[in-house]
Amino acid sequence: MSIIFSYASRAYKGFRGEVLVLPSRTIALLFCLILLLLPLVMSNPYYLRILIMASIFAIFAASWDLLSGFTGQISFGHALFFGVAAYTSALLNLNIGLPPWLTIPLGALAAVVAGLVVGVPCLRLRGTYLALATLAFPLILSGVVFVIPDITGGELGVSGIDRLFSSRVIEYYIAVVLMIGLGFVMWKITDSKTGIIFHAIREDEVAARASGINTTRYKLLAFCLSGFFAGIAGGLYVHFMRIAGPSTLELLLSFQVIIWVIFGGVATIYGPIAGAFILVLLMEFLTIAPEIRMLLFAIMVMLVLLFMPEGLITWVRDKTEKICPRCKLRNIATRKTCRVCTADLD
Amino acid sequence: MIERIIVYTLVSGGVYALLAVGFSLIFGVARIINLAHTAFYMMAAYLILTFASSLGLPLVLSVILSIAAVTIIGVFSYKLVIDPVRGRETTILIVTIALAIIIQEAMVMGYGGGFRGVPSLISGYTKILGTKVLYQQILTFGVVLLILLGTWALLMKTRLGTAIRSTAQDREVANLMGINVARTGMITMAISVALAAVAGALVAPLQVLGPHMWMHPLVMILAVVVLGGLGSIKGSLLGAFILGFAETMVVVLVPTGAHLKGAVALAIMLVVILIRPEGLFGVSFEEER
Repeated sequence: MSIIFSYASRAYKGFRGEVLVLPSRTIALLFCLILLLLPLVMSNPYYLRILIMASIFAIFAASWDLLSGFTGQISFGHALFFGVAAYTSALLNLNIGLPPWLTIPLGALAAVVAGLVVGVPCLRLRGTYLALATLAFPLILSGVVFVIPDITGGELGVSGIDRLFSSRVIEYYIAVVLMIGLGFVMWKITDSKTGIIFHAIREDEVAARASGINTTRYKLLAFCLSGFFAGIAGGLYVHFMRIAGPSTLELLLSFQVIIWVIFGGVATIYGPIAGAFILVLLMEFLTIAPEIRMLLFAIMVMLVLLFMPEGLITWVRDKTEKICPRCKLRNIATRKTCRVCTADLD
Repeated sequence: MIERIIVYTLVSGGVYALLAVGFSLIFGVARIINLAHTAFYMMAAYLILTFASSLGLPLVLSVILSIAAVTIIGVFSYKLVIDPVRGRETTILIVTIALAIIIQEAMVMGYGGGFRGVPSLISGYTKILGTKVLYQQILTFGVVLLILLGTWALLMKTRLGTAIRSTAQDREVANLMGINVARTGMITMAISVALAAVAGALVAPLQVLGPHMWMHPLVMILAVVVLGGLGSIKGSLLGAFILGFAETMVVVLVPTGAHLKGAVALAIMLVVILIRPEGLFGVSFEEER
């Protein structure tokens, strides 16, 4: 009995010391809890639908951040991964009859292949050239989709795909749990040694190479990882919407994912997730004024970026937390001394 | 067939050249990827409608007024929203996309989401070697040539042109040499938007106006400037005509070509930059790390 008690108290201490000390972590925890408990108090299918879409797009946004925010390989054509996975899942499900739990990972694998197809030629390019080259891939593929309507359904897309699950609440849990889980995995990747190397490649690729890092391998890894996560989002989307159309390869989707990430805060993983949730919900809220919805949306995004050029979540984080000058740990802004090394925070 | 391809290549290539040169200029001087560039082009086309139909002004005057109005709006939006975030590459992207969406929605609100048409400056057509050529097409190509020559003279022969080119080459050193870099950037933006507006005013009678007409040219000029080399005027010109030609060929020769025209142009761009990563005439910005 006392052993259980001591474990519990140790777990609580760790929880208090690691999660509750920082407002950002507390908010992230609350956010996850609210998302997970929400269907218990509210089962309006329309609201659940919006939250499912927000979760899917949050995974997608975070995957862009992994590639472009961390590694600095700015991708203008991220819809490619989404669209490739969407079409792969849809065609596998429709023609071979595979269930969603198989088609989604297979779609993600197809997106990894797409990541390699884009990544290998783009290794030679950098900066703006890279961004504009990646822009080409989804648009070329959508041209191909229009040319072979027998397979892809052309403009109408592929429809009649299986539902993710027969009940909306279970669908909601699949999307939300995957979003939280994959978000955590991506955050862990960026927090690991690999993540530091990604940072280094963005800051100074030549210096990273001079330090003995095989930048080619890590850049390809970033493309594949990002393609994988974006592919899962694409597969989920297709089984939820039950249609895979050319809109999954559109220029607007590629731009939209960048809007979510930059709005939330680049190179953070939680920024894009928050950005996607805020903006998707905002878009739904603005349906009260359908004529000026896009206008208000664009103006709001622009104003936020003019006053917080680093993104909303990054701005809030920097207002509420300070970095200890000695040990580089984050502390709540109200503290006078660091919570670990007791150095003075200015 | 061949004559038709040549006519269409010259017209669409010329329009892409105007757009791409403007895009290249502002990228070279201020390192701004202005994704709202073709939104200004669309705005110029639409404003002709306002001045000509609603206010009843003569067509030539409304064309000039709309170019002037778009230039002023362009400079204001540069000062208010683009310049404050200059230097943050990704933020600029979003701000300019947001600007483009705002312009698009303003056009939807002002003119409705449907398609509209603008009357030609000179109607009628002539036959050259048995091919029907609209006077508006000849006018478009002539004006494009004149404006491109004018821009070239401005850049190569005047003090302002020297200032623009030196700012593009090295911003800090240009500043040290006593060039007002901020003002040069603003003037370049004005030139760039004016070029886009001229292009918009010229093609307005040749195609139907819709609030999404900025998307396709945007993709095309992004391909053009990458093909030619970012920041290179010569490259933009050549790239514009290459891709204009490719686009026309696809539309004329392939039955389902309308869907593929963007794809083929982008594929050509990809092939070129995979062989020459800095484009045809690009300067590699190796030292700008």
